[in-house]
Amino acid sequence: MRSAKSKITKPKTLLGGIPKCPTGIHGLDEITLGGIPRGRPTLVCGGAGCGKTLLGMEFLVRGATEFDEPGVCLSFEETAAELASNVASLGFDLNALIASKKLSIDHIYLERSLIEETGEYDLEGLFVRLGHAVDSIGAKRVLLDSVEALFAGLENQSILRAELRRLFRWLKDRNLTTIVTGERGQGTLTRHGLEEYLSDCVILLDHEVTETVLTRRLRVVKYRGSTHGMNEYPFLIESDGISVLPVTSMELKYTASTARVSTGVPALDKMFGGAGYFRGSSILVSGTAGTGKTSLTAHFVNAGCARGERCVFFSFEESAEQIMRNMRSIGIDLNRWVEKGLLHFHCVRPTTFGLEMHLLKIHKVIKEFDPSIVVVDPLTGLLHAGTAFETRSILLRLVDFLKEKQISAFLTTLSSGSDAQEQTEIDISSLVDAWLLLRDIESGGERNRGIYILKARGVAHSNQIREFILTNHGVELREVYLGEEGMLTGSARVMQEAKDASSAMAGRQEIERKQLLLKRKRMVLDAQIAALQLDLATEEQESQQLIAQEKLKVTKWERDRGDMADSRSVNQGPPGDGGRAMKVNGGRK
Amino acid sequence: MKRPKSIGSIKAFEESLPGAPPEAHYSLRLFITGTTPRCVRAIKNIRAICEDNLPGRYELEVIDIYQHPEQAKPEQIVVTPTLVKKLPLPHRRMIGDLSDNERVLAGLDIIPVSGPVKLTGSGHGS
Repeated sequence: MRSAKSKITKPKTLLGGIPKCPTGIHGLDEITLGGIPRGRPTLVCGGAGCGKTLLGMEFLVRGATEFDEPGVCLSFEETAAELASNVASLGFDLNALIASKKLSIDHIYLERSLIEETGEYDLEGLFVRLGHAVDSIGAKRVLLDSVEALFAGLENQSILRAELRRLFRWLKDRNLTTIVTGERGQGTLTRHGLEEYLSDCVILLDHEVTETVLTRRLRVVKYRGSTHGMNEYPFLIESDGISVLPVTSMELKYTASTARVSTGVPALDKMFGGAGYFRGSSILVSGTAGTGKTSLTAHFVNAGCARGERCVFFSFEESAEQIMRNMRSIGIDLNRWVEKGLLHFHCVRPTTFGLEMHLLKIHKVIKEFDPSIVVVDPLTGLLHAGTAFETRSILLRLVDFLKEKQISAFLTTLSSGSDAQEQTEIDISSLVDAWLLLRDIESGGERNRGIYILKARGVAHSNQIREFILTNHGVELREVYLGEEGMLTGSARVMQEAKDASSAMAGRQEIERKQLLLKRKRMVLDAQIAALQLDLATEEQESQQLIAQEKLKVTKWERDRGDMADSRSVNQGPPGDGGRAMKVNGGRK
Repeated sequence: MKRPKSIGSIKAFEESLPGAPPEAHYSLRLFITGTTPRCVRAIKNIRAICEDNLPGRYELEVIDIYQHPEQAKPEQIVVTPTLVKKLPLPHRRMIGDLSDNERVLAGLDIIPVSGPVKLTGSGHGS
């Protein structure tokens, strides 16, 4: 059940606006800030085939089914059966509603040729029938479609006008919210000037063919007692009723997430200063044909689905099968995500519908599938469906819509390959938060791709170009070489890399050699030191021996001296047998 | 569609006009809304015309759609007062207070038998 939401809070100076009746028509309640004025007639006018009757019928049907307000339709042009079959294509079952007393349809028929006007009259019969119908089901909503048929049926216009005035007064007194349809006149809002009596609210419908595409538009010309969206809003008649394209929020009030989302290519994430880019923002990838935008997109999708997030892939150039097959060649299997229900492809040729229809379809798909990631490849495809101006306005609303829903968007555009590569054809670079540029770098007879980040709001991103290579493991980024001639990519880089590798190896080998040399020297020195030490030890030993011997000698000499001295002193003692005794004593001491 | 057969004389022509045969029975219904002066006039006028031109061979039913609102829809009544000629065919309708004598008679396919009938009008009719 859709309920009317007022997106703008009432400013404090208002004492309370007029009460409004939500129509239930998608988008209309937003433009009128709540619906059409309650209890008053609203004029809906437009040319033939604009959708006035459908709008009125949807007003009644939604009133009956969603707001529990039964409605009465006084149809002056079609019978009840015709109406029922006309709106069946919108999914409205009028017969069921009539049977359950939620709706009453009365066909008012005046055939001029069968009537003779014979005097004064009034339209009281109309009032009686209307009153009867309203009372029988307790209706709160009324549709008069289209009252101007009375002007063709009756001669006396002054009576008719007076009665119409009385009718609208009657409706107001009964507090019935009414829609009155009228056919557009030349230069006036209605052919017979109904707008004199119905000045509370006037809605104008229009359809125009521009460059072979039909666009329907709606404009609230007048709304007494309330502010309203004043522009022309495109609308569509789809299989479930009228959709006025949702107005983008008039204030820029989005929440900004700080969570980061990976781009699927780790090197690219690093270029974004870490873990990728912010969730809920939009990244634009532009490049000339064949630079690999779709491949990068596939990485993004793959990474998102791997995290378990739902993703929608809008493609305007290739079919789902083709994209999946192409991505398999770089090692990305998108099919498994489709089977798991995480990835949904929506592929449409841009020339199939008008721009508004595309936007509406996108809205619908997003609403149904509720993704966290949306990919559009390529945006420039939409240019085929409208002018550049219109495309830009559509894209603005799309980007707005995605931001509001906090959906991370990955958009690709095709640049024309001229020098002005930094100006996208539809000039939406200012709308997106990050912009990656894929460039062709031509050098040495080859064309290689480079990628760099032109802008990334809110992150410190790398300002260097990386070479962008598609391998069968996916996208890889390599450091680009800055040689003497400038940037080297492709095979020149490979050559340079080889050269560097070999010189690096040479350097390493040199180091190793030197180290070996040093080792040897050390070993030699060590050996020498060992030899010297050995010598020293030997000498020490010898010296020690000599010293020991000398010491022994000295001790013996001293002892001998002592003995000798003893023996001399023994001899000078008492005379006697000195000679013989001493010899004996001396020998023993 | 049948080709009309060729007509020989004026009399034959007059006879073939889709006028009412002289002795046809009339069935009329007058739809009014209460007792407004207009409705009262209408009733008076139609009574006078019927008495003068169709004595004894008419039936007039007066229906007040305030009392019987459900009758308005099947008869497709939008304007009041409305006089509906049910019989003889074809169906005709006349709207207004029936003060325009000539038009009423023409509408009922009656050639007036007497002179102009004195009808009460609101000053608008002939």
